Amino acid sequence: MIRPFGWPEFLFLLQSAGWTLVLTLVASLLGGVLAMAIAIARVSSNRALREASRVYIGIIQGIPVLMVLFLSYYGLAQAGFELPPIVAASMALSIYASAYLGDIWRGAIQSVHVQQWEASASLALTRAQQYRHVILPQSVKIALPPTVGFLVQLVKNTSIVSIVSVIELTRAGQLVNNVTFEPFKVFITVALIYLAICYPMSRFSRYLEGKTGVYLDS
Amino acid sequence: MSILTVENVRKRFGDNEVLKGVSMNVERGQVIALLGRSGSGKSTLLRCLNGLEVIDGGRIEISGHTMDYEPTKLRALRKDVGIVFQSYNLFPHLSVAQNIMLAPRLVKGMSEKDNRRVAEQVLSRIGLLDKIDAYPDKLSGGQQQRVAIARALAMDPRVMLFDEVTSALDPELTEEVLAVIEQLARDGMTMVLVTHEMNFARRVASTIVFMHEGKIWETGEPEAMFDNPRTAEFRTFASRNVK
Repeated sequence: MIRPFGWPEFLFLLQSAGWTLVLTLVASLLGGVLAMAIAIARVSSNRALREASRVYIGIIQGIPVLMVLFLSYYGLAQAGFELPPIVAASMALSIYASAYLGDIWRGAIQSVHVQQWEASASLALTRAQQYRHVILPQSVKIALPPTVGFLVQLVKNTSIVSIVSVIELTRAGQLVNNVTFEPFKVFITVALIYLAICYPMSRFSRYLEGKTGVYLDS
Repeated sequence: MSILTVENVRKRFGDNEVLKGVSMNVERGQVIALLGRSGSGKSTLLRCLNGLEVIDGGRIEISGHTMDYEPTKLRALRKDVGIVFQSYNLFPHLSVAQNIMLAPRLVKGMSEKDNRRVAEQVLSRIGLLDKIDAYPDKLSGGQQQRVAIARALAMDPRVMLFDEVTSALDPELTEEVLAVIEQLARDGMTMVLVTHEMNFARRVASTIVFMHEGKIWETGEPEAMFDNPRTAEFRTFASRNVK
């Protein structure tokens, strides 16, 4: 039974785009928390922490995110942990995001001049206070444009979780195409929805790059 | 009783021994000018005094704290030892008031009201009360450096260290910073200064310490040392640097 590509199909795509946004949000939040720990471990004075986080970033950046997804879904299932697809997908995307954001934020932390560390240490601040009040507020300004840039990548890369049958925007497009046989209409619509999400983010990232002298207040 | 004791301190960077057994004593209220060519070890010695550099041998005692790099003990020492750097190192994302009030709030748990009062007090001392809500990038180099001094003073230190604090400044801006330091000296602050300003050192220091090749080469009162250098090295150094 072939259906035309009409309003109900379009609304289904929009609704599924909501899951794309949810996946992006979850991955950037969970991945972000993990990334902060990784970034701080990367610049730690403890050699073991530094090395462990460096290896973690190297591995995750060195393999396709699809492999992380397969390992989270099929791999863990074989090991006896059968996760619902949406959970495995969120996990895989969070791990993926953590390695990239961790590396971006490491760079941002390191780009704050060592003299800011010395000045704040000389005022008897603890390491945590130095991060919280001196280093991170300055890093945020540097990290913001590439972070938003990465989040654009993340939105697009959520499409891979369609493979483990999470119904997000790309998977929804496939399903609609299967019943309408109108690939051009369907996938151009899907592409336009991605664009509607990503383009404003890219513009925002470029706007941030152009801005100087703005700090997120501590 | 000495407020600062340095005993046979050694420091090396790789194969390069920068401090080859340095000893000195500083009494309360003294102003020590550390002089010497670049590479003589004077800045390294200064940075050892608040633990920014870790010494390889010897002993440092400052304001009753024996140098110990365990974080809690190091912070206790640093509460009593202020330092001002060549490159000011104000926190660019914080206003002048926030720069000054940050450490008293976090380290001493000072109330907002007391903290503000102390900030106003140290800023009037350096003549920049009107800049209290300005951000560092709106200040001249001399003003930034004076704020950096105020920031250190707000912690009520027992000893102040100055690491070539006028080297990045134009002559007229240098003067305004030196005037602040001179006023501190008159108020009885114990200070150790690394400086290239010979005339200033001669006028303000109670003791000159001349370093050469990682050692204290010659030391004494300014008049005596500049008028009658005992070593050839200090004679050469002084004749090149005093106009």
